[in-house]
Amino acid sequence: MTLAIRDLSFAYPRKPVLHGVDAGPLPRGALTALIGPNAAGKSTLFRCIAGLLPRYTGSIALDGAPLEALAPRARVKRVTFMPQFFAANAALSVFDVVLLARKSLSGWAVNQADINAVASVLDAFGIGHLSEADIGALSGGQQQMVSVCQALVREPDVFLFDEPTSALDLKHQLEIMTAIARETRRRNAVTLVALHDLNLAARFADHAVLLRDGKVIADDAPGHVLADAALAETYGVAIDLITHEGTGLHVSASLR
Amino acid sequence: MVTEAPGLARRYRDRTARKTLLVALVGAVLAASFIADIMTGPSNMPFWTVLATLIDPSSADAHTRLIVIDLRLPVALMALLVGAMLGVAGAEMQTILGNPLADPFTLGISSAASFGAALAITWQVALIPGVGPYLVPANAFALAFSTSLILYAFSRLRGVTSETMILVGIALLFSYNALLALMQYGATELELAQIVFWMMGSLARATWPKIAICAAVLVVVLPWFMMRAWALTALRMGDDKAASLGVNVKRLRIEILFGVSLLAAAAVSFVGTIAFIGLVGPHIARMLVGEDQRSFLPVSALASAIILSLASIASKTINPGVIFPIGMITSLIGIPFFISLILTIRRRNWQ
Repeated sequence: MTLAIRDLSFAYPRKPVLHGVDAGPLPRGALTALIGPNAAGKSTLFRCIAGLLPRYTGSIALDGAPLEALAPRARVKRVTFMPQFFAANAALSVFDVVLLARKSLSGWAVNQADINAVASVLDAFGIGHLSEADIGALSGGQQQMVSVCQALVREPDVFLFDEPTSALDLKHQLEIMTAIARETRRRNAVTLVALHDLNLAARFADHAVLLRDGKVIADDAPGHVLADAALAETYGVAIDLITHEGTGLHVSASLR
Repeated sequence: MVTEAPGLARRYRDRTARKTLLVALVGAVLAASFIADIMTGPSNMPFWTVLATLIDPSSADAHTRLIVIDLRLPVALMALLVGAMLGVAGAEMQTILGNPLADPFTLGISSAASFGAALAITWQVALIPGVGPYLVPANAFALAFSTSLILYAFSRLRGVTSETMILVGIALLFSYNALLALMQYGATELELAQIVFWMMGSLARATWPKIAICAAVLVVVLPWFMMRAWALTALRMGDDKAASLGVNVKRLRIEILFGVSLLAAAAVSFVGTIAFIGLVGPHIARMLVGEDQRSFLPVSALASAIILSLASIASKTINPGVIFPIGMITSLIGIPFFISLILTIRRRNWQ
């Protein structure tokens, strides 16, 4: 029960991005951190898995069955991708947009189960008080939380979160990552989270994949990937790992 | 931890119920305006007479029937239909292009129609052969629709964003205005008067076949758009987000542009240039019910129909005995109203 990526390559016109990416099998019920510097191809890899960039070569298999064999609609149902940027100024309430994420895949009419699902996801993330607010009036961090709710209100097998914590303060970063890790286990889903913050990766990931210039450099337990000399090399910094009794591994980076 | 979830669900249901009530209320205002439109004219018709004649035409005397059914009903119906068509066209153009300025007028579709009409009036050129008495509207339709197709062709090019589409629309608007000026320059005095009069827009050209065509277009396109309500709402969150939610953005945009073209071209070809309705109706809807297309689309249609219906009443009452061109009225009365509306309800959408 896994997600396996084999020899995946993708190029935008005149701009190759991914070169034979091999990753996995990524287990279900586990959170995988996708780390790597800017422009390493993290977002592009997510788009390929989600089927938004269909012209890639190689294969992506979920539980042994190739995702490429699925119709676009069926694929979107099984793989939920949360893009990094979200700046909406539409006259829509938070409840509306989370409901929308659920309804854009299934029948037209809204039923009781839909309403309850949206209400409980907003409640679980502590943004119930924003439910009637216009999304345009939210702060960047609040919009990001709404975006995560949009993903979690659906019931796919694979979650792809692109930088879900980039606009959040410390407390909300921890809350969102805790919620994502909890839901991953509860639903037995394959979850990939692109993260810039290596400490969040060290703290929450069960598995880590290091991407650099469109290639996988390391694909292992976070402790191993973070300790790998290739990590310091990839980011161009010196990295020290510190173990704290309560919270596990911590990454301390400095300029070389 | 106390769960808020049941409260959230209840609040959502309450809000949905309020929206439904609002849609019904707007519908009631439209019905009132429609009856008032028929009551207004050189010989005033009391409310009950109008209602009785509409329900059972055979109950009225010949004179009343002539005024209500033959003279005023087509005009009042045309106001409703054209208003709704322009409103829906404007609402969806704004949605698919992500721009609050998009409407059939700003994208050059109305100018194209005017140019087509001018071609028919001055040179008697038939762009669609065999249309007989419908030469002017047929030409207007042919040009309006082909202009939409030009926009549509542009939208299929690689790397064309919604901003590019708006710019192409504006370029088309100016091209057609220049061509129109050229036609007017070469026209005789009588032809010039005809062109100018056509461009001002008039509901007096309403006939039953035209009404039937407009109604048919609306009956096909509106439910079709309603079926796409969720996808269209998703589009307002940006193409990227919509795509990640499973919307085929490219196909949706092309599909909707085709429907919008049909609506806009049919509306302007029969009544001439009526600016501003396709812009204001959707803005009023946005202020009333927000942009959830399930209520945004019907309220856009209803609000736009109300504006045109009220404009039709105003065109008859400003100077009794004279019917002013409707396009003039919508701009003159509508724009100050619109500006005051924007200033009172300053929501920060679209910034």
